[in-house]
Amino acid sequence: MFNKIISKEEISDLLKDDMTIMIGGFIACGTPERLIDIVLEKGVKNLTIIANDTAFSDRGLGRLITLRQVSHVIVSHIGTNPETGRQMFEGDLKVDLVPQGTLVERIRCGGSGLGGFLTPTGVGTIVEEGKQKITIDGVDYLLEMPIRAELALIYGSIVDKAGNVVYNATTRNFNPLMAMAADTVIVEAQKLVDIGEIQPELVMTPSPLITHIYAPEKQ
Amino acid sequence: MIEDVNLAKTIIAKRIAREFKNNQLVNLGIGLPTMVTNYIPKDINVIFQSENGIIGMGPVAELAKENREITNAGGAYVTVMPYGCYFDSATSFALIRGKHVEYTVLGALEVDQEGSLSNWIIPGKKVPGMGGAMDLVVGAKNVIVSTLHTERGRSKILKKCKLPLTAKHVVNMIVTELAVFKVTSGGLFLSEYNKDSSIEEIRANTEADFIVVEEDLKVMDID
Repeated sequence: MFNKIISKEEISDLLKDDMTIMIGGFIACGTPERLIDIVLEKGVKNLTIIANDTAFSDRGLGRLITLRQVSHVIVSHIGTNPETGRQMFEGDLKVDLVPQGTLVERIRCGGSGLGGFLTPTGVGTIVEEGKQKITIDGVDYLLEMPIRAELALIYGSIVDKAGNVVYNATTRNFNPLMAMAADTVIVEAQKLVDIGEIQPELVMTPSPLITHIYAPEKQ
Repeated sequence: MIEDVNLAKTIIAKRIAREFKNNQLVNLGIGLPTMVTNYIPKDINVIFQSENGIIGMGPVAELAKENREITNAGGAYVTVMPYGCYFDSATSFALIRGKHVEYTVLGALEVDQEGSLSNWIIPGKKVPGMGGAMDLVVGAKNVIVSTLHTERGRSKILKKCKLPLTAKHVVNMIVTELAVFKVTSGGLFLSEYNKDSSIEEIRANTEADFIVVEEDLKVMDID
């Protein structure tokens, strides 16, 4: 009925130079490390990465920066990974810093059919540069635009073979939002279970949002 | 001046810990603000939010007992209270911007007498990014800045911030090892002073203009 489980080789074939990729996780918690391994192995270059942060130089998506596969990041924080800062100052990496709440809401809009949203965050700071300011009931807001990607790589703690996902504890973070905002969504299943094993009320990402499932333990 | 930085930070954390009421939802920044958890009065239950997706965050996890799926917004392994819960980042920032968080406590590179704050970038030098700070200071009902009074002899409390702002006119209260200030539309007020300091010492170490109303002035509660 469902045929979503894919191999390392099939994932590798989906990866191209110059792609825009969303990667779930928060300082390497809830990050699909084994999917990142495949991106590293394939060696695709000139990637644009949308994520909360750039994690560490040797853990999380920071590994892609260390190997200079990324030319542009759209993130809220780079402080845990000095390599990101180094490449930025050298002019090799474009870094767009976006307030975390704005970044995740832009992703939510991108996956929800919304044309943008108004937020008070960033008013009166350099974040407002180049953005439309709209006043509602005397309060200033910035118009922030939706964001999408060609590919989202997300992490799921428990995934059934239909693609229903449960995220444990704080691994959830950006993952369910990214699952809605990309043309192709691959979930790395920490634990792959049969259909029916997840109580329907507890599903956090509904199965049709997941294009492919990667189960490293089955490889 | 209090030269011992650890003592200074302890004083700040102790004073801020007295600010909360029972069952209020509070978000603490990384570093000095996190020390506040050590001094919450025994009869007060504070509910901590961590913007990566926790309400009811508990203490940092004990060594070798870490659950790698439970981290705080600084990436450290933490625990969760029995009443705690998890959610995604969009929900987390809806809680923050939606005024559901009573207090946020953050550090500062600079803070000024108008309640503006700079704490996310030193252009050309240090660019960690704003993370959730810009949303937190705009969204939380009360914004407390925790900072050492001076850094390398220079006042952290300025007339006007020079570094790029985190947000404009959002800070309600500034707590240092010497004093507590309240930011109002009428200006910056000195509301409390450390009994081991003096108004003269505070004046000498503060660039910002501040108002003292003698009959309202209190000694900082840090015992």
